[in-house]
Amino acid sequence: MLEGIHSPAQSTYWIVSGRLLFAIIPLLGMACFAFILLKRIAPLLRGAPDFRLTQMWARLTRVLKFWLVQWKQPRYLFAGLLHIVLFAGFLVLSFRSISLVMIGISDHFVVPGLSGGIGDFYNVVKDYAATLVFLSVVIAAIRRGVFRPARYAVPSEYGKDHTAEAIFVLALIAILLVSESLFEASAAAFQTQQGLVAALPPLSLAWAFKYALLSTPLEWLQNLHLGAYLAHEVTFFAFLCFLPMGKHFHVVTSLFNVYFAKLDRGTIKPVRWGVSDEHLDQVKSFGVKTFEDFTWKHMLDFYSCADCGRCSDNCPANAVGRPLSPRFITIKARDYAFQHYPMFGKTGNGTPLIGSIYSEDEIWSCTTCGACEEECPLLIEYIDKIVDLRRGMVDDGNVPKSIQKALKALESRGNPYGKMEKKKADWTKDKEFQPTCDVKILDGKNTADTLYFVDSITAYDDRIQAIGRATARILDQVGENFGILGAAEKDSGHEVRRFGEETLFMALRDHNVEAIKASGVQRIVTADPHAYNALKHDYKDMPPVEHISQVLAREIKTGNLKLNPVENANDVYTYHDPCYLGRHNQVYDDPRDVIDAIPGLKRVEMGRCRDRSFCCGGGGLMLFYEPKEDQRMGVKRVQMAAEAGANVIVTACPFCMVNIEDAIKVTGLEGKMMAIDLTELVDRQVSREPANGVKIVKPVAGSATA
Amino acid sequence: MARIFAYIAHKGGVADDSAAELAAAAKKIDAGASPVAVVTGWGPDLDAVCESLRSSYSEIWKVANQAIAYPNAELVRQALVNVIPRDSIVLVPHSHFGIDLAPGLSIKTNSAFVSDVLAIDGTDGTSLKVVRQEFGGQVSAHVRCDISSGAIISIRPGAFKPVESSPLAGVMVDKSAEVGALTAARRYLETIVAEAGDVDITKQNVLVSVGRGIQEQDNIAIAQELADALGGAVSCSRPVVDAKWLPKSRQVGSSGQTVKPKVYLACGMSGSFQHLAGIKGNPFIVAINKNPKAPIFQVADVGVVADILEFLPELTEKVREVKGISV
Amino acid sequence: MEILVCVRRVPDTSENEIQLSSAGNDIERDDLVYSVNEPDNYAVEEAIQIAANAGGNVTVVTVGSEEDEEVLRREMAMGANQGVLLSDDAFAGSDGKGIATILKALVQKGHYDLVLTGTQAEDGGAQVGGMLAALLDYPFASLVNAITVLDGGKLKISREIEGGNREMSEIDLPCVLSIQTGINEPRYVGMRGIRQVASVEIPTFGTSDLGVDPASVGTAGAKVKRTDYFMPVLGKGAEILQGSQEEIIDQLIELMKAKGGLN
Repeated sequence: MLEGIHSPAQSTYWIVSGRLLFAIIPLLGMACFAFILLKRIAPLLRGAPDFRLTQMWARLTRVLKFWLVQWKQPRYLFAGLLHIVLFAGFLVLSFRSISLVMIGISDHFVVPGLSGGIGDFYNVVKDYAATLVFLSVVIAAIRRGVFRPARYAVPSEYGKDHTAEAIFVLALIAILLVSESLFEASAAAFQTQQGLVAALPPLSLAWAFKYALLSTPLEWLQNLHLGAYLAHEVTFFAFLCFLPMGKHFHVVTSLFNVYFAKLDRGTIKPVRWGVSDEHLDQVKSFGVKTFEDFTWKHMLDFYSCADCGRCSDNCPANAVGRPLSPRFITIKARDYAFQHYPMFGKTGNGTPLIGSIYSEDEIWSCTTCGACEEECPLLIEYIDKIVDLRRGMVDDGNVPKSIQKALKALESRGNPYGKMEKKKADWTKDKEFQPTCDVKILDGKNTADTLYFVDSITAYDDRIQAIGRATARILDQVGENFGILGAAEKDSGHEVRRFGEETLFMALRDHNVEAIKASGVQRIVTADPHAYNALKHDYKDMPPVEHISQVLAREIKTGNLKLNPVENANDVYTYHDPCYLGRHNQVYDDPRDVIDAIPGLKRVEMGRCRDRSFCCGGGGLMLFYEPKEDQRMGVKRVQMAAEAGANVIVTACPFCMVNIEDAIKVTGLEGKMMAIDLTELVDRQVSREPANGVKIVKPVAGSATA
Repeated sequence: MARIFAYIAHKGGVADDSAAELAAAAKKIDAGASPVAVVTGWGPDLDAVCESLRSSYSEIWKVANQAIAYPNAELVRQALVNVIPRDSIVLVPHSHFGIDLAPGLSIKTNSAFVSDVLAIDGTDGTSLKVVRQEFGGQVSAHVRCDISSGAIISIRPGAFKPVESSPLAGVMVDKSAEVGALTAARRYLETIVAEAGDVDITKQNVLVSVGRGIQEQDNIAIAQELADALGGAVSCSRPVVDAKWLPKSRQVGSSGQTVKPKVYLACGMSGSFQHLAGIKGNPFIVAINKNPKAPIFQVADVGVVADILEFLPELTEKVREVKGISV
Repeated sequence: MEILVCVRRVPDTSENEIQLSSAGNDIERDDLVYSVNEPDNYAVEEAIQIAANAGGNVTVVTVGSEEDEEVLRREMAMGANQGVLLSDDAFAGSDGKGIATILKALVQKGHYDLVLTGTQAEDGGAQVGGMLAALLDYPFASLVNAITVLDGGKLKISREIEGGNREMSEIDLPCVLSIQTGINEPRYVGMRGIRQVASVEIPTFGTSDLGVDPASVGTAGAKVKRTDYFMPVLGKGAEILQGSQEEIIDQLIELMKAKGGLN
């Protein structure tokens, strides 16, 4: 209680006692908020199960990192720092808000722990916090209203602009801060005029108001004091109840969303949590067809979106004009939830999402590159949702014809091209290659320590077979005792799964698991990141799996593999991170180390690299899909390489090779830009020195050198 | 002398190309037989067609009836059943009309039916030996057909070359009176003509297919001129569609159209298997590419190592010369 | 509307390289994968869509052996209500008329308003639909690429004719239509769908069930018999034309003439 000035609790507003008024407002506010929350939780209770209660410590660590420390925010430096200030300010001011609400009932209320010296310190901190938040709000409003960063724009097909909501909320926050400061400043000015000491932290908002109010009549100050309090109180509860109405719901849900976020990378959620593969036949409907088919966590994702637009800003599909913007996958679902689970009135029943809020092309447009998830400050998941929506379409038979063809070929032949199984090892029989490197087929007669898992595209595509041969030659060179499965190897099914055909994926997986186990190998190596990801994350109980870049990095480190200097020192190389090696499996350094181990090689980084790498256009079945797009992703990527000053793009994925080589031709850069696979590069540069020290330059197949 | 009947398709008073081909096929069955053209229709168009067949057929059976002024297969079948003697061999073009007519005709005349015949090896007593294709043209088969109670043979258009021999001075026979009453449970309403410029590449005999080697949109005209001269259409591979030089409907391949031409000119394309997957029916593939190592040469029947931008205009000129087209 | 769709199981030419067996009289069948004849699949999809809009049932039928049940199940997974297998040793070696005779018996056993077939089988020649219609004295149309159900037991149909043109007709029910690919977009049938109908019983009928005279079908009744297969003459790799540009063009013109690309 302050001396001189009447506190809200002591005062009478019109005819109502302050104490009563300020008991009623919070009660009403809290009741209203609770009601809204219950309504918001209703669909979650009807959602599909999602097991998110395990690994508490891992989850708490992530809360610390991604929620409290706001780890992802500074990826967009200015907006990120602004948000950190706002967030930290909110955390600080939350204690003040509690105490403000309480002193409306009792003047003597003090937040436990904030008494005495700590309380004085807190008061200084919170005044500066309020000031900083206020400034941030002003900057944010100017940014939002005047500068309007492009990523906030709402394309007409996705609905109306969201600026009004953003500005409204910023205004509410400003009112809170100003009323709180005025509440404090009016009392301080009152006391100062009465000759009492009432210091406020210099240069804070409250301090400024106090100076402005020093000559204001006492009666006015008293009214201002009470008015500011009422304004704060009303605004506070209005704000609280407004949060769940839009994108600011994240203020409430973010903590939970981060806690329950997916922990494992590279994986795909099961068709239905809690149902094992053997019992899947009992699941009536696969995937997400109606809103209620989403898991409760995925619904929580929809609520938690802050509409920051970072996902779509990094989405390659969005960048090339495909009809997909991850931001609106979320926003449209959130709006659907709000509309069909209204505050008053009946809840809507499950209308199919495809054809209403989502289009088929929208859902097929995703390459599952993971750029959106990498960027999201709130750890919202997209790939699992896209896959679930695809599962729903596959279950309804709703699959583009070009993909149907490939799926049918996978079912009957085990590869999307419909090539014959017995030709799977034909790439090893190339007449220049075979004499230099005899690749064993692990068919029971032959055994080996290491399995080279080739996968369909490398086995069957004329161009990509060269990657297979380079990989085999290098494995041979480092003395690996390896073999391939040949006809017994079916497609890894990586894209089959990600295109929503779970049953077919399981059949391919089970076949391969059996074949791999029968081969008796100790470890698996592959040069295809999609196969790598499948073997590592989609398959169970496999021997250790490595991507060839990891093997190469190790062999170079131990000195077992030596590389010759580059012939043309003028070439500038750049490394393109394949999504399923980089983002999904965090293998960023090994391929770079390998490239950098080549003496004289000049390497530059593209603007988008490592976890911000830009997808080449997608692998596997995506090669069969005909997207609606203005431009190919590969073309954009090749342009990025050119901008970086590179003329050689090194990649480590067969699909990247197909897309990038195609894009080089489309952009008319043939002859000026080239693409090479990491294995091809190493195969070209490898120093094959026999024991007598005579250096042999090149493993030209057919020459008698190997 | 035995008669072999041929159903003559015609339109606008002009006999279809198949008329001469069926005459040639009849000769293959029995060089000594008299080929008889059966022409159904109405009005002056019918007369004109009959007249035009005199040189290639021994007899022309004119079947005039207003009900079959438009060739409704169901009505034509009834007319033929009444007009053509039992146990005859009847040749029919394997066209959209022949496919409609021939199977039912064989049932109603109690004859054997062989469809889509590519070659005729000749007769052996009551057995006729012919060649058909199966499995999308991947294999051929010899087929024996018992012709003792007649046979309906549908002939693949273009498979038989018209024979050059002395004109036959065919006799006109009016069979209109034998048609009898015609009733149909299927009634022709109208023909909806495809929109101009809307080329269906899946239905073409000749495709001039361009790949990346065409280099720029303006060069599409070079291929179009050749296609026009050959009476075919321009198709393409995916990069050309991606570059928006041609519409998606022109793309051949696993993600585009599946085509079944007789001749496929692959111009300036590498020949990816995604593209080749769209070529069916075992056409004669001519690959033209300046890169002698282009994979397309492995699947093509003949190859020309040349720059298409240079080669195609020359070829067009020669084709025009051969066909007597003046521009 | 009760709809019967006749389907066939054929080696899938898009996923097989057809080769001759060493004996030369048959194709190498060991490495073949089979599927529903493509136009038949469109016919089933069309039937399902008609039944969904106009009400009714879709029955799929095939003449063959137990192995052919697989295609019936696939079509049932697609949405056909039931499958029927017509199987008898006496059916082996049937020509088009033989198959049509067997199917006729089934049609007469039941009551079908509409019978659909695919336009052409991979190893057939657009025969069965038209023959079946003639045997039944039903009206028939081939190469159908659009169907509209009209009131009064009629359909409005479109046939695909030359140059991408469409011939529109009205046809009375019951009738037989052979369906052209492209009439619709057949839905995807995955392994899961097939598994779900794996235990549905498929009735099998033979000559006695159908009342078919064994002498009228199979090898006994066939007037048309395949004697052998042979590979069409094909060069391995392109013959690269040599000579001056003019000479090359002359050679090419001759070749195109011979292959029917220039006439």
